[in-house]
Amino acid sequence: MALTNETIKDRLITKFGEQLSHFEEPYGFLTFEAPKDLNLKVMQFLFDDEELRFQFLTDLTAVHYPDQRGRELAVVYHLHNLTDNIRLRFKVFTSIEKPDVYTATQLYSSANWMERETFDFFGVNFVGHPNLKRILNVDEMEYFPMRKEFPLEDQTRIDKDDAMFGRGPLPAAANRGAVETPRHAEEPLVPASGTPGGGQQKQDWKTDTTAGTDGTTADKN
Amino acid sequence: MSTEQHIKLPEGSIEKTTTTLNLGPTHPATHGVFQNILELDGERIVSAEQTVGYIHRAFEKLAERRPLYQITTLTDRLNYCSSPINNMGWHLTCEKLLGVKTPKRVDYLRVIIMELSRISDHLICNSVVGVDSGAFTGFLYVMQYRELIYEIYEEVCGSRLTTNMGRIGGFERNFTQAAWEKLDRFMAEYPAVLKEFEHLFTRNRIFMERTIGAGPISAERALNYGFTGPNLRAAGADYDVRVHTPYSSYEDFEFDIPVGKTGDCYDRFLVRNGEMWQSMRIIEQAYRKIQDMKGAEADVYHADVPEYYLPAKEDVYTKMEALIWHFKIIMGETEIPPGEVYCSVEGGNGEVGYYLISDGGRTPYRLHFRRPCFIYYQAYSELTQGAMLSDAIIVMSSLNLIAGEMDA
Amino acid sequence: MARPVRFNIHPIQADVKDNISLANMPEGFGGDGFFTTKLSDVVGLARKNSLWPMPFATSCCGIEFMATMASHYDLARFGAERLGFSPRQCDLLMVMGTIAKKMGPIVKQVYLQMAEPRWVMAVGACASSGGIFDTYSVLQGIDQVVPVDVYVPGCPPRPEAILDGFMRIQDLVGQESIRRRNGDQYKGLLQSYGIQ
Repeated sequence: MALTNETIKDRLITKFGEQLSHFEEPYGFLTFEAPKDLNLKVMQFLFDDEELRFQFLTDLTAVHYPDQRGRELAVVYHLHNLTDNIRLRFKVFTSIEKPDVYTATQLYSSANWMERETFDFFGVNFVGHPNLKRILNVDEMEYFPMRKEFPLEDQTRIDKDDAMFGRGPLPAAANRGAVETPRHAEEPLVPASGTPGGGQQKQDWKTDTTAGTDGTTADKN
Repeated sequence: MSTEQHIKLPEGSIEKTTTTLNLGPTHPATHGVFQNILELDGERIVSAEQTVGYIHRAFEKLAERRPLYQITTLTDRLNYCSSPINNMGWHLTCEKLLGVKTPKRVDYLRVIIMELSRISDHLICNSVVGVDSGAFTGFLYVMQYRELIYEIYEEVCGSRLTTNMGRIGGFERNFTQAAWEKLDRFMAEYPAVLKEFEHLFTRNRIFMERTIGAGPISAERALNYGFTGPNLRAAGADYDVRVHTPYSSYEDFEFDIPVGKTGDCYDRFLVRNGEMWQSMRIIEQAYRKIQDMKGAEADVYHADVPEYYLPAKEDVYTKMEALIWHFKIIMGETEIPPGEVYCSVEGGNGEVGYYLISDGGRTPYRLHFRRPCFIYYQAYSELTQGAMLSDAIIVMSSLNLIAGEMDA
Repeated sequence: MARPVRFNIHPIQADVKDNISLANMPEGFGGDGFFTTKLSDVVGLARKNSLWPMPFATSCCGIEFMATMASHYDLARFGAERLGFSPRQCDLLMVMGTIAKKMGPIVKQVYLQMAEPRWVMAVGACASSGGIFDTYSVLQGIDQVVPVDVYVPGCPPRPEAILDGFMRIQDLVGQESIRRRNGDQYKGLLQSYGIQ
């Protein structure tokens, strides 16, 4: 195997110089960071270069770091050179106020849906994407659920005892670990208008217990 | 009588020569919940537009709330046709992050389980391709033998489909005698069944006419679309994670990678069939290697890492040390090193990848699943362009699309 | 380990007395050449032994349902030989698997397309209550959109459990009064789901 992490790193540095930073090799996986307006140039170089040939996009996703001011969202690309069987990962950081990143769809057809998914989850706006709209969630959704400030659970549920799930006034439930971020003040209570369950959520649970059997045959069996 | 217009046609509908047909999300032949809106010119498909997300369950968000050992249950439900592969892939990812080295026997046991689930996955996919081309017999016939595989799972972990098998560092218990007997029986009976299954299909005129040339793709396009697994190999590129980045001691085994040429449904079918034979070969080798083990090595079923491996329940109740470790693991007192890991395994339908970012907490900071069929389903409109309507279904089933994996 | 019917290597001779399961006669009064009973019982008997299930399989439970209807477990033994894939033809909606919020309206639409009398079976934890997926995108049980008759627990339920659930549906169907669907109580139930 001719190509090594060092060769790739050297070639990248000769081409882009100081602009690429944070070269690391966690678990032998070459990782670096690029400025966000260079992401397409870096990818194009990696794709076209006769020696590097990173022509397979393994994965594309994003990570949200709410604490890093100005660089909250990281878009992570995993590329694979199938000829020499070597992988690399590079990241692009962007601020959450203006999450514009150039799309990779011209280079890799597979980036199309992966970028849509990333947009759906994190709200990264891929500039130049042919069809950037939600893919997994309902179109009416108003927020980006994978961002750290949004809760996992459906906030419209009424059949749960809040205190037992750490949302109510029970004081013991207050320290549940760092991951469970407290709910944001301006966060929407209803996840998406127009979703079922939102409008027609059953209020009266007493009458609902015999749903479907209207009480005639439920207990006979 | 004057030709007064009672029927109002929408503008341009007279000139419009194509028909729009909605397939799904509940259409019986879509094998899962995807919607395809086909634009048809007669019976020929002009364009197709796919919609997914009908069973989006927020796995990744859920994973951020769960400690590592509880995420195994989530991975089951990604590709439920081959859940053990996903379980093992997740354990391998954790072991990579934690720096756990597993003994050879554990690796081989894992290989046996993974190859069994590859067989069960391909079995469903291929027999369903048969169903969609009008041959129901094959499906009814081989489903009975999939039950044999499920019985082996049951013996190993107690569950049939969503197995939640193994632990970080190995298995929760050793293979029982009954498990080995069932494996014996499976290996004795299955080749004849597979042979007969092949006889039903491979040279069957109707089947060939239906599948040859249906939904072809070139290797170049397939790579650009991020195809992996049998679908890529059917197109002619011999990329297999088991060979390229061997995990779980796959380098100890000798097997071939079946490769197709045209990437059409027939090639995909043949590649899957070939892979089942290769899986049998691998299982046989692993079986022999395990039988040849002697001494202390012949009994281990997990790595000696008490800080990550959940102790057996009976030990927790009777032994002080096990109780302490149990408490530490459950309460999140063990050290999880911060770091970034990407680990991938060859799943039933391609490279299943796990991108795990740990910040040192007990739950992952971020976990992303590379779901192969989410990535290659986008090629569907290109695959079916210009094909007949009846091909739309068979292309879909031969791609082995699993809704749970696609929508995560 | 051994299952009574696995491989039909030594087929037993057909035995009309023991091997054919006959439905029990409903209660009634009979004599030479005539038999009288309640119409409800006869209709129930006929309905319960010829249910047409409509499989609405979305995920894991659907794979277990495949096993249930295939040769090994064979749902056809219970009179459900014909799986209808058109809701218009079916009596029993079997919802198997997670129903996301995006899918909810479709479940309801399929339910509405079915003709009365119709029954609904929620197979598996997800369809019954959302299961392990207490998340923003998953409907917490299909009983929020359609009325459910039988819930089958399990994640996924074993084929035996699905069969058991099916037999419970059969019991319900067999005992149902033919007037039930016109009653005020039933109408009220549908109304609570916004169905006219």
